[in-house]
Amino acid sequence: MKKFLAQAYIWLLLIILYAPIVIIAVFSFTEAKVMGNWTGFSTNLYSSLFTGGINSSLITAIINTISIALIAAMVSTALGTVAAIGIHNLRGWRRQAITFVNNIPMMNPDIITGISLFILFVTIGLTQGYLTVVLAHISFCTPYVVLSVMPRLTQMNPNVYEAALDLGATPMQALRKVIIPDIKPGMISGFILSFTLSIDDFAVTLFTKGNQGLETLSTYIYADARKGGLTPELRPLMTIIIFTVLLLLIIINIRSLKINKKLNEKNGKKVLV
Amino acid sequence: MTKRSTLAAPYQIFLVLFVVLPLVLILIYAFMDGNGGFTFSNFATFAGQPEAIKTFVYSIEVAVITTVLCLLLGYPAAYIMSNSQLNRSSITVILFILPMWINMLVRTLATVALFDFVRIPLGEGALIFGMVYNFLPFMIYPIYNILKKMDQSYIEAAQDLGASPRQVFFKVIIPLSMPGISSGVLMVFMPTISTFAIAELLTMNNIKLFGTTIQENINNGMWNYGAALALIMLVIIGITTVFADSSSNREEDAGGPI
Repeated sequence: MKKFLAQAYIWLLLIILYAPIVIIAVFSFTEAKVMGNWTGFSTNLYSSLFTGGINSSLITAIINTISIALIAAMVSTALGTVAAIGIHNLRGWRRQAITFVNNIPMMNPDIITGISLFILFVTIGLTQGYLTVVLAHISFCTPYVVLSVMPRLTQMNPNVYEAALDLGATPMQALRKVIIPDIKPGMISGFILSFTLSIDDFAVTLFTKGNQGLETLSTYIYADARKGGLTPELRPLMTIIIFTVLLLLIIINIRSLKINKKLNEKNGKKVLV
Repeated sequence: MTKRSTLAAPYQIFLVLFVVLPLVLILIYAFMDGNGGFTFSNFATFAGQPEAIKTFVYSIEVAVITTVLCLLLGYPAAYIMSNSQLNRSSITVILFILPMWINMLVRTLATVALFDFVRIPLGEGALIFGMVYNFLPFMIYPIYNILKKMDQSYIEAAQDLGASPRQVFFKVIIPLSMPGISSGVLMVFMPTISTFAIAELLTMNNIKLFGTTIQENINNGMWNYGAALALIMLVIIGITTVFADSSSNREEDAGGPI
């Protein structure tokens, strides 16, 4: 009985949690203007999403979102990896200071990050647009790369690097052939994390995108919903976003399960899943 | 070895430029008038506007109510999922975590859809529901993690020493899960106090929160006043963080090995 009640509670919460998502998905297949009215099955909202008058601005927003996320994730991964190797070899107060500052963007609420960067760009006179959004995204993504690479460096055997140097490798070669392969999993998860954080971001983008008409997917949705609430065209768009995210998550999870399995097999351990 | 530490230099410069300097600028702008002179007038303006004060107090109320509701709803869920007698499958945990990855705006608009669907007008109820809906997973996850890692022998020891189930729960389980509770509270309170778009969409812009006030001022070119309001928010968040940290540390000390 106790178990039944407990399970009922959990599933009740889950049903409430997923009900809005299901409702959106179901009603993206009808043309009714008012949410909750069913005027017959139709995929018109989907086709008008990509062919109607709004298509060009929507597609530009999608392209912007992805290209900003790719650039931000690549730069953050490079900057964060190099930084992590540096921090790993720092000692004392300098290490503490940089670790402390590295935590600030993760602790700061989006609105504060957004406003502070907005004021920075205004003060130095940089016109806000694509570049400032990319810079802003790099600033809040890189700390996560540093944090995902650091543990890999700590686990690494420091003698291997020294051995490579003793065997005549230049520091650059040792970095490329010894350190990088070892910390690669950390870099990959840092990259994926940066990419998702960038795509997901709304507040920081809103403050740093300027007024030249640059839109990403989230600012596009915001502008649209602000004008007329939940317009019918948003329903298919949101359905696509939600199911893309869920699909990606499932793929990433399966992948990490497989990697764990492989690692465990390599180490001769039993798989505990 | 010393040479490799110089690799941190580019990032150091980057952090100073894009993290430290912007925060310092908020501080400077907050204490600056339109001509660049030092002033307290931005804070005086805030103190002299009953409307702004009301919004500020109301935002704190909403954040507190949301946090308390998330805790009351989330703790039992985390407890049930971490308890192997009540829940065996890990699928429920995954189902609670998945929505955390969906864009906040999309989730908020999904709540709007739910209210439209059941024909309940948007307003204060929708605001609180939407906030709880958005942030509940952030409360459940840290509490679940700490409960899962908890040493079961403490509970058994308490039972062996004659504690009733109620006593075990309030005197052992709750104190031991304090670090999870405080990080959950932080993860819910911080975004609720600083949000702006969620309130706008859930109330058709009828109810204003402090975040919206800040955003409007920045948008309207009132940078100094906006910076002052942002600084006030930073102080509130700083106080909450320190408070949450100290409460979790104290409990860690108390719960540690003797």
